[in-house]
Amino acid sequence: MSRTETGTHAPGSLAPTGKRPQGTLYRGREGMWSWVLHRITGIAIFFFLLVHILDTALVRVAPEAYNAVMSTYKNPIMGLGETALVGAIAFHAYNGIRIILIDFWTKGPKYQKVMFYVVIGLWVVTMAGFVPRHLMHVFSEVG
Amino acid sequence: MATTIEAPRSPYSRAPRSRGINWEKWGWMYMRASGLVLVVLIFGHLIVNLVLGDGIKAIDFAFVGGKWSNPFWQVWDCLMLWLAMIHGANGMRTLVNDYASHRTTRGILKGALLFSVIVLITLGTLVIFTFDPCPAGAPADLLASFCSAS
Repeated sequence: MSRTETGTHAPGSLAPTGKRPQGTLYRGREGMWSWVLHRITGIAIFFFLLVHILDTALVRVAPEAYNAVMSTYKNPIMGLGETALVGAIAFHAYNGIRIILIDFWTKGPKYQKVMFYVVIGLWVVTMAGFVPRHLMHVFSEVG
Repeated sequence: MATTIEAPRSPYSRAPRSRGINWEKWGWMYMRASGLVLVVLIFGHLIVNLVLGDGIKAIDFAFVGGKWSNPFWQVWDCLMLWLAMIHGANGMRTLVNDYASHRTTRGILKGALLFSVIVLITLGTLVIFTFDPCPAGAPADLLASFCSAS
């Protein structure tokens, strides 16, 4: 199918001028992918939160019960899961601040793409600090 | 019933909200306000529990006992619980509204969200404030060191 305009646009309407629709933050490229990632990380964090409240509630059952479930968090596979979780939280946090800046800072929408790359940069720095330390804790437990 | 069709592209006029609270607006504000506080609370939580000391290796009943015998961490965790649970559930509500196309499905999913918020916030708050770091009859080696120093 050709993507040529077929003249359905009334005169004076906002016909697309380029390959993608203009004038929107949330369609295509950085604006859209940050939004997609914000949703996916948000869902993941929410479901972890449900589990995390329940596992912590075991302190009210018995010390042994809590320690038993905590020992499952210390195995290497869960350790990798925790790394992914912290990655999701860090992205959601930094991108959330980017969203606030887009909404409340006059120049926010203008710099939203730059801010997306700042988010990615901060995320990389955060993970570079966190991942080696956490994996050290997790894998020194093995054996 | 007569249906009036407006002229194409006539300017969209917002119906003036004469009465009632604009819940969607305050929900929108809540996501941003709670988000900022949660960044501080959760980063602090992660640094203290996963980065400092022996990280996740050190987390056990005695570790929690040490933290929650201090009102500072009780308030910290309680605030984190309430803010995060409501922030998360409200975010999930947005997704349900976006992706669940049937009215009944939306109702069921949002009902489940409301249910989980009420149950988990109640449970979590009770756990934080009724927690006993030195439960009677528990093996002393599982408890915080201050339990045996009586």
